[in-house]
Amino acid sequence: MLEVTNLRKVYPTGDEALKGITTTVDGNEIVSMIGPSGAGKSTFIRCINRLTEPTEGEVTLDGQELTRLSKTDLRKVRRDIGMVFQEYNLVERLSVMENVLSGRLGYVSNWAAFRRNFPQEDVERAFEILETVGLGGMENKRADELSGGQRQRVGIARAVIQEPKILLADEPTSSLDPDTSHAVMDLLTDIAETENIPVLINIHEVPLAVEYADRILGLHNGELVFDGKTTALDDHAKDVIYRGAVPETATQVGATTRSETRATDSTTATATPSTPHRAATGED
Amino acid sequence: MATEQTPVTAWQRPTVFYNHTVKWIVYILTTLFVLWSLVSLLAGVSPQRIVDGMGFGASLVSSMVPPETEATAVNRVIDLVLESIAMAMIATVTGILISIPVAFGAAGNLMPRSVYALNRGIISVSRAVDGLIVAIIAVKAVGIGPLAGIIAISFKTVGFFSKLLAEDIEDVDMGAMEAIEATGASKLQSVLYGIVPQVVPRFIGLTVYRWDINLRASAIVGIVGAGGIGTLLLQAFSRYEYNYVATILLAIILVVLAGELFSAYVRKRVQ
Repeated sequence: MLEVTNLRKVYPTGDEALKGITTTVDGNEIVSMIGPSGAGKSTFIRCINRLTEPTEGEVTLDGQELTRLSKTDLRKVRRDIGMVFQEYNLVERLSVMENVLSGRLGYVSNWAAFRRNFPQEDVERAFEILETVGLGGMENKRADELSGGQRQRVGIARAVIQEPKILLADEPTSSLDPDTSHAVMDLLTDIAETENIPVLINIHEVPLAVEYADRILGLHNGELVFDGKTTALDDHAKDVIYRGAVPETATQVGATTRSETRATDSTTATATPSTPHRAATGED
Repeated sequence: MATEQTPVTAWQRPTVFYNHTVKWIVYILTTLFVLWSLVSLLAGVSPQRIVDGMGFGASLVSSMVPPETEATAVNRVIDLVLESIAMAMIATVTGILISIPVAFGAAGNLMPRSVYALNRGIISVSRAVDGLIVAIIAVKAVGIGPLAGIIAISFKTVGFFSKLLAEDIEDVDMGAMEAIEATGASKLQSVLYGIVPQVVPRFIGLTVYRWDINLRASAIVGIVGAGGIGTLLLQAFSRYEYNYVATILLAIILVVLAGELFSAYVRKRVQ
């Protein structure tokens, strides 16, 4: 279970990218984080495994606090967090197999890594995963010979072979065409189910998010303005997320009732106090 | 009031100097400096002297023909050319072995500022001093012979190789390295998988290129006593054995050309 509490990030330039985010990701749910460019989606996901150092707040994975860990302990925790990137971030000049096996580097010595000497079971598992992601027989191709969709599959395979407790995906479909995007989202959904892990996906295409996600997190200008079941994401909620519509003027009674209704029909989703996204319905 | 509101219609291309006055001052000063250099250095040079000089040059070249072909003389040239080639080989290998850690240390995207500054310092020192001067110092230190040449050429290799390799390391796609770090790999492993494969082609290209440069250097450092074919060249000159000089020069040109062809071929293949 991933718990994020009051996560803040202020860049050296003074930009406050995250203004105290609190949320939980658990089970094998697909959670999509949506929001306009610059809302802080990438910063949020990168603060989880500290590719970007958060300024304040806590990140806890299965009870272990991450933000204060030493470099060595952080490496151990990172083995349990898989990550998929927008630009795939493969090593272009290495083979598909080497790229996949690099997901196991946290478990082998430097010398073994240098000689590409991975344990037999890792190699077997790599073959299995390549088969699963639809790249069977491609192990000796160089990563730069692959198409975008194939590269992203290698990126996913590299994350899956880590046997992570959670999978983070930072805009995994933004560089792909619509069909390939769907294939990649299908794959991520399958993985959540077969590996029984939650998947947190940053995505800016709302229809894609709605189609696949169990739950939506809406980020606007560094604030979490929506956190709920996908079914609860109506047009007004989208307005709040994408245009920052101020919901204060709404009738408070209606707002409370509705968000309570929503809160009761979902077990995992919780409406955050700063999420009166339904409150302004009357204003529309 | 009316003048203030006149729309700006005149336009001048912005200059990289502070303004156009500064620009013209710099141009004038540069021109004056070049003129002064010409006048002060070439004051006593008459056209007659140039014509005479060309005549002397021609007679020097003609006195080189035919090149010396006597067996023992040629064998001596071959021996020392081989010594030069061996020096270039050893110096290239040594220089590059030292260059690898220096290059990674001098990559600003991998190292903290202090390590970066230290290694950039090493590179600057190596680049600042000319090869022949290093060779003179090396001869003073370890005596006449190829060892001095090897030290001098290795020293120069470090500056050249580390600088260019470091710049290539700084240009790599850091996304790959970041992704590998995100899997929980150690820093060394991340560099090994994320960075090294990206710089290997450049590394091979630079190695062959530097070997080719070192081959030329090893033919020259003998002039100051640091071993190789240069030693023989200097001897032949000082004894006015111009036919022998011709043989030596031909041998050097042959070896350097062969090295350059090989280097060009290999670099074309890897890049």
